[in-house]
Amino acid sequence: MHELAVCQGLMGQVEQIARRENAERITRILLSIGPLSGVEATLLKDAFPIAAAGTVAEDADLAIEEQAVRVKCLSCGAESEASANRLLCAACGDYRTRLVSGDEMLLMSVELERRESA
Amino acid sequence: MCDTCGCNITDGNRHLIEGDGKLAQTASGKEAISVLQGLLSANDHAAAHNREHFNRHAVLAVNLMSSPGSGKTRLLEETITALGDELRVAVVEGDLETENDAQRIREKGVEAVQITTGTACHLDAHMVHDALHQLDLDAVDILFIENVGNLVCPASFDLGQHRNITLLSVTEGDDKPAKYPVMFRAADLMLISKSDLLAVLDDFSPQKAERHLRELASPAPVYTLSARSGDGLADWLDWLRREHTAALERTARGDTVRPAIQADGQPLHAHAHDHGHHSHD
Repeated sequence: MHELAVCQGLMGQVEQIARRENAERITRILLSIGPLSGVEATLLKDAFPIAAAGTVAEDADLAIEEQAVRVKCLSCGAESEASANRLLCAACGDYRTRLVSGDEMLLMSVELERRESA
Repeated sequence: MCDTCGCNITDGNRHLIEGDGKLAQTASGKEAISVLQGLLSANDHAAAHNREHFNRHAVLAVNLMSSPGSGKTRLLEETITALGDELRVAVVEGDLETENDAQRIREKGVEAVQITTGTACHLDAHMVHDALHQLDLDAVDILFIENVGNLVCPASFDLGQHRNITLLSVTEGDDKPAKYPVMFRAADLMLISKSDLLAVLDDFSPQKAERHLRELASPAPVYTLSARSGDGLADWLDWLRREHTAALERTARGDTVRPAIQADGQPLHAHAHDHGHHSHD
């Protein structure tokens, strides 16, 4: 499972933001994850405390917004819901579709408390 | 994916940053910083750096992915023999332990660098970058990166390759693309390997395997081959020759290309754009 490696990458980004914003602690981290990103939200949540231990985000709440799989048909133009292993157009059945959403693996935002300025 | 041109913002998350979306406003009492950055941006940055190396040296970089035991190393051995002096090959091998695969490649008279990942289930761009320092890229036309045998994790990490190839051996189920959609969706070419065994494995249908791949909205070509018998190798070698010619043309134009579906699933941009060194302070 590579969710720990992904979480470590996330911590690198979060710590960078904390330094830049002069944050004392990170209180909340919001991710956007789609089923086609290759990472599992539940496994990310399990890996998070390990990666966050001893960092400014140690006590942060990890929130994950899971995205639906949606495709746009390149043949008939319809947009429809799909599943991870069946990305066909729901309207005409064509396989030539473009993914509209469902592959996100994004750090959306962090909530933080700044240090009192000296 | 990049963090500069706005391609992070998809129809799935646009509502969060527009109007009264939750990233457009400050949460009560605390400060919310909007980021919208890929979770693997450090890896993606290293991958872009690798890709620049490949482009500068006019090297076609190909990432081979599959389950363990699907015949990646055997295919490389036969490919090296078949290409002879026509194209100069080097190989980066990824395994949890042992130098066995690199040694097999070296016995074919080409350079091979073994990466042993210990417990890591995939190669990442930093590991590949370290391996590149042991190779003279000016003496290479095609660099094969043989990823760790695994149908899950390698698909999430961009290494800087130009093309992804996923092998599916006929000893596996023909429904593997449906079971591992992230991996098979990433393939620019799917190779059905060990076809010499089809005669005794009547439950594997190459047509069904291809149908499962199409259901992932993949237009990737599918070749059925056997490294052992040599059947079907000609199509694969022709594909490599075409891709190598295209790589030379890209280098001449100062252009680049990434796999059709990115490691993180982003479609190819219509135009190559700068993934160079933006500051990561």
